[in-house]
This record gives sequence, C-alpha cells and structure tokens, in this order.
Amino acid sequence: MPSLLQLDQTTIRFGGLTAVSELDLQIGRNELVGLIGPNGAGKTTAFNLITGVYQPTSGEVAFDGKSIVGSKPYHITARGIARTFQNIRLFPSLTVFDNVRAVFHLHLRGDVRHALWRGKGYHAEEKSIADRVMELLEIFQLGKFRDEAAKSLSYGDQRRLEIVRALAAKPKLLLLDEPAAGMNATEKVELTRLIQFIKDKFQISILLVEHDMKVVMGICERIVVLDYGIKIAEGKPEEVRANPKVIAAYLGE
Amino acid sequence: MNFRHAKTFLLGAIALGFLASLAANQINPYWLFIFYDIGIGIVMAVSLNLINGYTGQFSLGHAGFMAVGAYTSAVITNQFGELNFFVANGIFAVSLYAGGLAAALAGLLVGIPTLRLRGDYLAIVTLGFGEIIRVILQNMEKVGGARGLSVNHGYTNLFWTFGLAAVTVYVVASLVNSTYGRGFIAVHDDEVAAEAMGINTTKYKVTAFVVGSFFAGIAGGLYAHSKQFLTPGGFGFMQSITFVVMVILGGMGNSVGVILAAILLTLLPEGLRMLSGIEHLPGFSAERPLGWIGDTRMIIYSLLLIALMLTRPQGLFSFRRKRN
Ligand SMILES: Nc1ncnc2c1ncn2[C@@H]1O[C@H](COP(=O)(O)OP(=O)(O)OP(=O)(O)O)[C@@H](O)[C@H]1O
Ligand SMILES: [Mg+2]
Repeated sequence: MPSLLQLDQTTIRFGGLTAVSELDLQIGRNELVGLIGPNGAGKTTAFNLITGVYQPTSGEVAFDGKSIVGSKPYHITARGIARTFQNIRLFPSLTVFDNVRAVFHLHLRGDVRHALWRGKGYHAEEKSIADRVMELLEIFQLGKFRDEAAKSLSYGDQRRLEIVRALAAKPKLLLLDEPAAGMNATEKVELTRLIQFIKDKFQISILLVEHDMKVVMGICERIVVLDYGIKIAEGKPEEVRANPKVIAAYLGE
Repeated sequence: MNFRHAKTFLLGAIALGFLASLAANQINPYWLFIFYDIGIGIVMAVSLNLINGYTGQFSLGHAGFMAVGAYTSAVITNQFGELNFFVANGIFAVSLYAGGLAAALAGLLVGIPTLRLRGDYLAIVTLGFGEIIRVILQNMEKVGGARGLSVNHGYTNLFWTFGLAAVTVYVVASLVNSTYGRGFIAVHDDEVAAEAMGINTTKYKVTAFVVGSFFAGIAGGLYAHSKQFLTPGGFGFMQSITFVVMVILGGMGNSVGVILAAILLTLLPEGLRMLSGIEHLPGFSAERPLGWIGDTRMIIYSLLLIALMLTRPQGLFSFRRKRN
C-alpha cells in the first residue's frame, strides 16, 4: 500500500530563493511525524505546498495514491488533508460553535435548496450537525464557550479550537503548524497529550511542525529536519537529536 | 434565532401585505408611494447585504442590476394592453421574475471574472459596470434612450412590494442561517482559512453576487411599475451609494439593522421635505419658517450621514452581533 502522503523531489522557488528544495517525504497511515528546522527553513512553505496554497515549481505531491498538484486548497481539504495555521486564523466574527459548524458543509447531504426550503430533512440534518459539533467541542473542553466569539477566547483555547475546526473536516492527515506557540508549560504538556489522543482516537496521521523540542521529541515517531529548504536529516527522535548536521543547523554553524 | 419558524414568518408577512393591499384605497397615495419606496429599499439593501455585509465583498453596482431588472420587466409588461386583474398580475409576476433572472445573469457575467479581485478593486469594477449599464441604456433607442421609458402599467402595490421584501429577507436569512451559509461569513472573515476548511470561496462569492443581483432585478421591476417612468440616470452611482449606506448604517451583516436603515433612509429625505413645507410654526412670524430645509435638503441628508458614520461606525443598529 502506498504511503498516505508522498512528496517526491518537491521544489518551490520564490524568485531567487529556493524555499523548499527537492524534498522527499513520506507519511504512513496513523503515523505521527515531526517536521523541524530553524526559522525560515521552509516548514510552513512545505505545508502550503501540501495544502495547495502554493504550487510546486517542480516535483510531485501525492495523497492517497493520487497526485494533488494543481488542486485547489478546498478540494484537497475535501480529499482529507486539514491544517492549522502558525498565526491562528479562526473566523473571528463567528462563534466557537459556528467556526466548527462552517466546516461541516463538507459533509452536507443536501445543497442550498435544503437551506431555503427548511423542511424536515433540513432540520434533522442541522440537528445532527449541531450534535456532532458539540461532541467535538466537548472532547476538547470547549463546549462551554459555544456561543462566545472565537476571538474572545484565550490564546491556548484558540489554538485548540483551530485543531477542532480542522478535525471537523474529518481528515486522514492533520497538519499542525506550531500548535504550542504561545502556550505556557502546563498547556504544552496538555497539548502533547492531546495530539497523542487525537492520533489514537481518530486514527489519523499527523504532521507536526513545532519549535518546542520537548513536545516534538516526546511524541513523534519520526522526525524530518529542514534547513534552508533542504532535508538534512530524518529518523527516530534520538537519532535526529544526535545528528551533528542537525546540531550545527540549530547552533547556526 | 434558529429560524425554525422562518416559513411561518414568510407566509404571515405575505398575508399581511395582501390584506394591506386590499385596504390600499384608504391610504393617502403620497404615503402609498413612500411605502413602495420603503419596500423596494428593503429588497435592495437586504440583497446587497448578502454581498457586502455577510460575504464581505464590496459591490458599488447594485443600482446597475436594479436597472437591468427594471427595464426588462417594463419592456415585457409594455407589450400588453389593459388586462383583467388576474392575467395582469400573472404577467407582472412573470415580468418581475424575468427582470430578476436578467439581473442575475448580469451578476454572473460581472461576477465570474471579477470576484477574484479584492476590496477596492472589486468596488471599482462594479462601479464601472453600473456606469456601463447606464450608458448602454442611454443609447438604446428601443427603450427610449436618454429620454426615458414610460411604463404603461402601475402594477406595483403593497402586496407585491411587501410580499417580495419578505421573500428577500427570508431567502437571505435562510441562506446565511444554515450550515451551508456559514460559508459566506467564513469568506468574509478569512478567505485563506475558508479555503483551507474546504470552502470554495469563489463559488460562494459568485452565489452571493448572483442571488443579490437577482433580488436587485426584482426590486427594479417593482420600481418600474411604481414610478411608471424610467430614465437611465435614475440608476446611477449615487443610487448605488445609497444602498451601500443602508448596509453600512444597518451594521454590515445584520439583517434587522439593514431593514431599519432602509426604512430610515427612505423616510429621511421625505421627512425633511415635509418640515420645509410647514406653513406656520408657533413663535415664528415668517411663512414657511423651515423653508430653507427644502433647498439644503440633500446637504442636511449628507451631513446626517456623516454624523451617523462618525458616531456609530459599527452601524446604527448594531447593538450586539451574535450569529448562530
Ligand atoms: N510567498 C512567499 N514569497 C517569497 N518568499 C517566501 C514566501 N513564503 C515563504 N517565503 C520564504 O521562504 C522561506 C521559508 O519560509 P517558511 O515560512 O516556510 O519558514 P518556516 O520554516 O515556517 O519558519 P518559521 O519557523 O519562522 O515559521 C523564508 O525565507 C521565507 O521568507
Ligand atoms: Mg513557519
């Protein structure tokens, strides 16, 4: 069986800058992989390549055995890749509940006409969506905030809400871009547990970009290291930690 | 509001409009026409609110779509002479629908190439579109060109205006207050995040544009059969601005506020006109002591708008924005 996600020699250039260079990356089913590297290494750019925000200059990105190069971001999400953003991008004027509910349009059976006709089927479907949204929110202890504006939540809660929102897309692969950024030590410990829990409960694969080494080393089964867009190392946490190239990259040579 | 009783509301509003239209001959015609203007203003403002308020686009061409609907429906009903009540209303309904479709088609044609543009660019393109419509109409001799077009039938009545205002409110509110419709607000809030969450932002924007234009076309048909005379100049840039102001004043994306703003902004110039027409006021010796208002009506109107915008930039009627 092919890997869930496969990047083959994926490259993207912005003018003279090669932000990601000939990257090979595989993620298997139900695998938790870390993607690390110094600032500007190309981690977020790799996410943008995978999710269709950017198109590769050359190389291939395949998901579930099919190429997704050229697909629109919303199409890729529907195929089963969901993400969070390094700088939180919730829908600020929607409530916590509606931030998650908005994603459920992916799973709607009826179309616009249902919303206009508002028959029995419509109300039943909206009810079942509301139940599933609340179920997700409760798992992450966000149920009590359901009617609050998303922007009024604390930083840590907003980060968690972004993860819930991504999970609402029912992804097979979840991309987390620095989920621990801005969290305090207790929140980080909780987050680590949460990521592990998500992987087990939803049986999905996770690609985690994170600067906090405690978080990354603690949960990732495999780690890929980028530096200036180039993959300089890959392996188990302890292997990567001991790799002289990685140490040099982090110490700035 | 979860809109469970939306259909009851809709049917109730239409029934009320029908009853009111039966009593129409009791109403002073001057007021009757103001009521029509209010209903038409509501249709225009609420439909524009879907585009500019909920979806966060910036269209400055709403009067252009109204013109398309107005001329289309007028040309259709002008083909017919005097007809009996039922046939006449049937033809009117068809002509309104055709006007809406023609405007929706125009919305689609303008929308698909332009909705990739953001903010002020979109505003400029839609503004240009509105002007193009005006110039085309001015040069179409078949519909009277710059001289204007007489509309033979005054079919617009309270039933049609308020019934269709209710339908517009119902459609826009139903669209937005659904899981599907949260996508409009998601597009408004953050397009990048919306795309990442599986929302086809282009499709949502085009949908908002087409639905909005459709109702602007219907409003145009009502307008045509109320005024019974159309000139291309009546659908200019200033008209579009008036509708944009209704949306902003109502608090973008707040349906109730936008309805109130449409009512207020329609009544305001009339109210000022009335003040200036008062013959005597206690304490004043001169005749028509407020006559000066008449000449400066539009200036006062503009100043009031500026004052409102400065004091309540979030919208006059935006007390609390909770959406669910
Ligand atoms: N749209 C773009 N246009 C030009 N350059 C870009 C663009 N996006 C990213 N870059 C550049 O690509 C490089 C990689 O950026 P990226 O954001 O992927 O780094 P990162 O590894 O996520 O860093 P950080 O840890 O700081 O988030 C940087 O030099 C950045 O300036
Ligand atoms: Mg980054």
